[in-house]
Amino acid sequence: MIRRLVARPTGVFAVVVLGLLVVLAVVSLFWTPQDPFRTDPFHQWESPSPAHWFGTDASGRDIASYLLAGTRTTVLVAVGSGAIASVVGIVLTAIGSLTARWVREGTAVLLDILVAFPTLLTAMLLTAIAGGSLGVVIVSVGLSFGVTIARVARGEIRRIARSDYVTAARASGVGGFGVLFRHLVPNAAPLFTVQLSLAMATAVLAEAGLSYLGYGAGSNTASWGSLLSDLQTYIGVHPWSATWPGAAIALVVAALSLLGDAVRDATDPRLTTNDRAAGVDPSRARRDTPDGTTTGVTA
Amino acid sequence: MTAATDPTDPTDGTDRNAATDRTATTDPTDGTDRTAATGLEVRGLTVRIDRRTILDDVTFAVPPGRRVGVIGASGSGKSMTSLALMGLEPTGAEVTGSIRLDGTELVGLPDRQRARYRGSGIAMVFQEPGTALDPLRRVGAQIAEPLRLHRGLDRRAAGAAARELAGSVGLPDPESLLRQYPHQLSGGQRQRICIAMAMAGTPSYLVADEPTTALDVTTEARILELFEGLTAGMVFVTHDLAVLARIADTAVVLDAGRVVEQGSVAQLLADPQHPATAALVDAARATARRTGGAA
Repeated sequence: MIRRLVARPTGVFAVVVLGLLVVLAVVSLFWTPQDPFRTDPFHQWESPSPAHWFGTDASGRDIASYLLAGTRTTVLVAVGSGAIASVVGIVLTAIGSLTARWVREGTAVLLDILVAFPTLLTAMLLTAIAGGSLGVVIVSVGLSFGVTIARVARGEIRRIARSDYVTAARASGVGGFGVLFRHLVPNAAPLFTVQLSLAMATAVLAEAGLSYLGYGAGSNTASWGSLLSDLQTYIGVHPWSATWPGAAIALVVAALSLLGDAVRDATDPRLTTNDRAAGVDPSRARRDTPDGTTTGVTA
Repeated sequence: MTAATDPTDPTDGTDRNAATDRTATTDPTDGTDRTAATGLEVRGLTVRIDRRTILDDVTFAVPPGRRVGVIGASGSGKSMTSLALMGLEPTGAEVTGSIRLDGTELVGLPDRQRARYRGSGIAMVFQEPGTALDPLRRVGAQIAEPLRLHRGLDRRAAGAAARELAGSVGLPDPESLLRQYPHQLSGGQRQRICIAMAMAGTPSYLVADEPTTALDVTTEARILELFEGLTAGMVFVTHDLAVLARIADTAVVLDAGRVVEQGSVAQLLADPQHPATAALVDAARATARRTGGAA
């Protein structure tokens, strides 16, 4: 699976960036070069140096340490939102595809309404009720993308349920559960994977955006978004400082987006096995090659 | 032995079917009131979708081990007949009339009960072997699935039975071929896999919906040979009269969802009574003339 995943450059990129992110998040639990929250008024806006790899910010915080501490938040947001989106998506898809007709159609209408509800608005509403926290970001992004996944997956499930191979499986006697778990779920999984990876990418972006706007993580949680927000104020004077969190966010979002595509490609036998269209018919090759070899030897 | 229930009594002398009659005891779906193989009897089969009548009062019968052709132009209701026989008509379709499978009434059965007959009592082969197989599953697993369902085999036994079945439908080197995915096989190989899937439950009757239409001529001939070798009673849907003449003794002509003519294939081809039949025959003759009488 991993071998197939890294068969393409995009897969390598996604695996390397996200692997590094997870490793750094774990490392940051035990060690950061400096205390990420310690301010030092005597070392403001220092350039990168062995002591401060990425320099310091307006209050003399070590940017590298703060970024490192922020990886935890990023991983937490991506994984937490992804998990909530999966659960919400799967439950809504199941309700929208497997229940009585009136429930299915009611769910479809509900999904259409919910999809039109912006993530940011959900986050602001939740913040108004529960106060700004990382949890609000995770829940609001998870809910929004769960709804989006359910809406897309519903159409996919309907398409698969009407496909020839599902009809053929039913015609050979396969019952409801067999069709669901051996045909519908595996065939809908690639779309689900891609949507989920997009949801996780958007979650990272949304956390950054919401923190930037002040709806996200509080000031005692290190977050790439709030760091970017702080540094961006001085971008005219210290342009390089804001580049670090910006680049980190961009890299992780790109890696997450590409991960879904890479996983989908790696699990599709049509892309990972020899194809007749590519000139290799395994059965024919097996039959022809010995004959060819024999002819070659006698001639 | 079963001609008494057969309204389409074959008068064609050359009995190609060599009717190896099956008894109902070979069928694993026991526990119902099936006593003897009396054939697949369709009476007054009507299918409506949104008040539109797709099939109107279709009546015909397939004696055990016999092959009956269903012919007609596009949109005449051939495919709906196939699906209705399987109980796989689209949701929202209203099916009335009677389909008796060796005496058991199928119309009106709840889907869960109807499903018990699919694959074992009556199975189906589809037109397009390219789309009738799940692209994400190895073909061996797709044959093994109905084997495990109908014969109660475990994984290992089903694998062995799948290889045997694959050999019996003329697939070379089943051992490695069954490990392939559908896209790695040729159209003819895929259709053989589909036929193996359909035969896995040793059905008494087989519905074949244009099973050779998507294949090239040489492959078509080989697949037809395979069908001729099967002992199940067969509803063979086709628009190709050359195929019909080869595979079936009797045929039903559908036009706009209605049976407009039925009888022996030889008679239908030689002396078509209904304009729809005549149009099919004329079209076939025109094709034959263009291809130098090959058809």
